[in-house]
Amino acid sequence: MSLSLAWDPLFRVPLATGLMLAVALPLLGAFLRMREQWLSGLGVAQLAAAGGVVGALVHGPVALFALLGAALGGIARALTRSTRNEHYAVMLLGGWAAVMLLAKYGHDANMAAMNLLNGQLYFTSLPHLLGAALLLAATILCGHWLARRLLITRLFPGHFRANRQPAWPHELCLEALLVGGVVLGISTMGVMATFAMLFIPPWVAFRLARGWMRALRVSTLLGAGAYVAGFMLALALDVPFGPALVAVLLLTTPLRLVPFRFGRAA
Amino acid sequence: MTDKAPLLTLIDVRAGYAQPVVGPVSFILSPGEVLGLKGINGVGKTTLLKLILGEARLFGGSLHRPPEVTVAHHRQRPERPPELPLTGEEVLRIASVGTTGLPARMAALCHRCLDEMSGGEFQLLHAWACLMGPARLVLLDEPTNNLDQEAIELLLTELETLAPERGVLMVSHDTAFLEATCHRIVPLCP
Repeated sequence: MSLSLAWDPLFRVPLATGLMLAVALPLLGAFLRMREQWLSGLGVAQLAAAGGVVGALVHGPVALFALLGAALGGIARALTRSTRNEHYAVMLLGGWAAVMLLAKYGHDANMAAMNLLNGQLYFTSLPHLLGAALLLAATILCGHWLARRLLITRLFPGHFRANRQPAWPHELCLEALLVGGVVLGISTMGVMATFAMLFIPPWVAFRLARGWMRALRVSTLLGAGAYVAGFMLALALDVPFGPALVAVLLLTTPLRLVPFRFGRAA
Repeated sequence: MTDKAPLLTLIDVRAGYAQPVVGPVSFILSPGEVLGLKGINGVGKTTLLKLILGEARLFGGSLHRPPEVTVAHHRQRPERPPELPLTGEEVLRIASVGTTGLPARMAALCHRCLDEMSGGEFQLLHAWACLMGPARLVLLDEPTNNLDQEAIELLLTELETLAPERGVLMVSHDTAFLEATCHRIVPLCP
């Protein structure tokens, strides 16, 4: 394929959809990383994929069932109260097993499994574009408020309970953004690429940047830059987009070895 | 609530988790007061703080904290999140603590990330954030852990100039620090 295809009208919606997700997902990933719940991205993504496959099996709307699957992950988090990465490992294993086993029970289920695991960025349409725009807008609008409350909880555990203030607003907000981001991500980029977007940019940025806001900016720059490079690479080499994106993201990880941090030091 | 009303009233309190581990304990913390809790390891000092925070069970007696009394809690071992790129200044801003006119020791921490600080520096930052924030009731659990003498003096100075509407309840094994800072010390017996 030719690189010039990137500017083809056929690829504009996929390019724009993915670019907005490439900004939103690293921001959400930064919140997860801050809470040391970075594996939850993959756990929720696999549950969402399993939900989507169930939807295909019963000839229901795949996206809605994927949302329900992802929401199950949120309920599990709420029930276990202090969810750790071990819990997310169970989620991702359970979700993956469900996807692979259920996919054997029909052509639609098999197709849904392939699409959700591998992504189908080039086939995204207006609903995906609008969904990505909504997610990005919500993440940016809620971001400052959400980040402050999550950071308070991280640094001063029990603060809201001790002061008789509800914690559910910010917990629900993060859950809703994560569920929406994961479902949009797996239906466009696929499970692994979505997890890579949630995990790698903040992981690198937290090491490179001095200061929370600077880390968020570096996360989004890495995410967006890797996305554009992955998009171009996939077109130029005629390879699947998801693995190309993951490969480009992995190429950024040696930046963690840089022996200084960007930003003013004492 | 008037400014002179107690911030905290405990009457014959027995507290614990699955079963009581401390009590009966009674004391009143008034605005402008620094109250110390003293006792051997395991006697239940931290459990009493947790009861006030809603993290332990009340098995007997009564505990009253007026609803408008906000609380800040410095834990015995505040957890430092690994590789979080938050600077000291950002921690203070999150805790609603002013960052202008800081003592030199605190100003030096402002532009450093949490993972670039020593354990003692993080302890000092966390205790400072709790003490200098807007909460009317400050619970300090072993605030001098890992602190050098200069850092301890810094906390001591701020405790001596506590605003009249605020109160501090402090747990410490550092008897000298308790005696230097507290208006009263409540001993807990097993």
